[in-house]
Amino acid sequence: MTPVRSDAETTPGLELAGISKVLGGRVIVEKMELTVAPGELICLLGPSGCGKTTTLRMIGGFLSPESGSVRIGGKDYTTSPPEKRPTAMVFQNYALWPHMSVAGNIGFGLKVRKMKRTQIRERVDWALDLVKLGHHRDSMPARISGGEQQRVALARALVLEPQVLLMDEPLSNLDAKLRIQVREDIRAIQRRLGITTVLVTHDQDEALSVADRIAVMNDGRIEQNASPATLYARPRTAFVAGFIGAMNTIEAAPVAGGAPLADGSVLPVEHFSSHDGDTIGIRPEEIIIDTATGHGAAATVDRTIPRGHYREVVLKAGGTTLRAFTDASPEPDDRVSVRVRTALVYRDGALQTDSAQPAPSDVTTGSTARPER
Amino acid sequence: MSASTNVGTPSVAAPRRGTAGMIRLAVGKLAVGIVAILLLVFILGPMVWMGLDAFARRWKSPSLLPQTWTMHWWHTVLGGTQLGHSLRLSFEFALVATLASCVICLPAAYAFGRSTFLGRKTILLGLFATNAFPKMGLFTSIATLFYAMHLMTTALGVIIIQLLGTVVTMTWIPAAAFAAVSPSLIEAARDAGGGPIRVFFQITMRLAAPGIIVAVILSFLACFDEAQGTYLVGSPKYVTMPTQMYSLVENYPDQAAAVFALVLTVPSVLLLLAVRRHVMGGHLAEGFQLK
Repeated sequence: MTPVRSDAETTPGLELAGISKVLGGRVIVEKMELTVAPGELICLLGPSGCGKTTTLRMIGGFLSPESGSVRIGGKDYTTSPPEKRPTAMVFQNYALWPHMSVAGNIGFGLKVRKMKRTQIRERVDWALDLVKLGHHRDSMPARISGGEQQRVALARALVLEPQVLLMDEPLSNLDAKLRIQVREDIRAIQRRLGITTVLVTHDQDEALSVADRIAVMNDGRIEQNASPATLYARPRTAFVAGFIGAMNTIEAAPVAGGAPLADGSVLPVEHFSSHDGDTIGIRPEEIIIDTATGHGAAATVDRTIPRGHYREVVLKAGGTTLRAFTDASPEPDDRVSVRVRTALVYRDGALQTDSAQPAPSDVTTGSTARPER
Repeated sequence: MSASTNVGTPSVAAPRRGTAGMIRLAVGKLAVGIVAILLLVFILGPMVWMGLDAFARRWKSPSLLPQTWTMHWWHTVLGGTQLGHSLRLSFEFALVATLASCVICLPAAYAFGRSTFLGRKTILLGLFATNAFPKMGLFTSIATLFYAMHLMTTALGVIIIQLLGTVVTMTWIPAAAFAAVSPSLIEAARDAGGGPIRVFFQITMRLAAPGIIVAVILSFLACFDEAQGTYLVGSPKYVTMPTQMYSLVENYPDQAAAVFALVLTVPSVLLLLAVRRHVMGGHLAEGFQLK
């Protein structure tokens, strides 16, 4: 599934080496390091203002970094203008030229390259086929729907056969249902063409479902750069833990046998990532609810929220509110007992691991919040 | 007025209004009607009068129409004056002044529209200064300068004086048009491989074109109709159509001036119709519905 990642064997598709950007006296991106393997789709994920779009614009050549370098396929492009870079961008607002037809928009870059007319026609048809828009060849951009405009923007980028495809929040202007469909399409096309892709998003769902790797950004730095599964199972910082998926946080150090609750009672935990830390993070699916009492900490069901094939249960245990995912169907006010399979322990926001500890249970099995790809 | 027929037969769609509401509605409609008619008389009245006057031999009040009709004044104006010459001169001056205005003002408009710099607002407002003072006072002080520079009764002098009147239009409207071109459209063109010059002409200029065309046509009309400055600087050597009006009004009965005024209207009306068809026709406006 994942393309070759060994840097020793192949030149990376894209390499950012210590790039920084200051805008208006504020450091937007700080000494960022990022390597993307050829054919890999990486998501830059983070809250607004974290520097993800600025990073993308530096790769595309719309901004030049204050320091560091941008290398594509082993070649340095740090100071090249956008038209000299082998990159193509899909803009958030699509940026289709309103005075050109769909075919005109897609063919513009080929015309600039002085390609023959018949050849342009061939390439444009290929791109239109790719995004299934052959019937809108001669339509004006204002006359087609938002989803179709988005696909034209994608075709316009792909027709140039870029080495790196850049996408800036490509789905944020689409409605929820269309978004899921278009992101599947984007992923399918990206895999078929094997094109190195950087996609910027603030939507963790989107990132988890399309990316080979996700770089979670905060305050101009990458907090963690890992595969979706690793990111979810072992979020390296408390920020990542809170940003990706749901997480119960208990601001206390682990005690013998488990995690301390508000009233001093103990929530039994089978595995801690470490026994030394100041914050305990528990994924909702790591909490086991037992309808019989006495098999863990006593808890009362506060509320249950149906989530389709599983339920989200809000529990009160020892004065602390916990959220759990379960296949069972407890009722509000039921008395149950809860215990935890695996908990993550953080010190000063950083994940603590004892090397002897077993790996956290596989999150792709069981009742996870994340639908499988 | 149709609302009054509804009394006593309330329909489901339109709930019955009270009598007071009905009266208010009727009075409102009446007021709007009166204002519309007044405006119509105010705008079209003088033109109708002028149109009739152009064909009148004798027209004494209180009669509403001239007592005797004639084509005499048309023959006088079209045959007796150097109409063809002054018409050509008007076009030539207006054309050259507008082109010069484009060359001078469009780069400035681009700078105002697409970049921010210190004093941008002040300079933009400063451009209005030429319109803030009485034209004739401004022109007389310019005349002193022109005498010193030997620009009086020269073609260049006339062109400069006409150009001055177009600066505001040629800067403000294109600046707004340039500013309205979304930066991402320009970036997308650069991204697709277009160099800065190609992108400027094929994307930026092309998308700002409707605004620029409107400014050019308004400027041309302003130059074409400019009378005071051209009279002061150009006469008696360069007599354009509007300046010829002055001598006509002084030397002929007012019927001749009416004929000339009608002739003078024709090019302006034709140009305005052209603007309407090409710019407000909707073909270009359609393109701007994109976010």
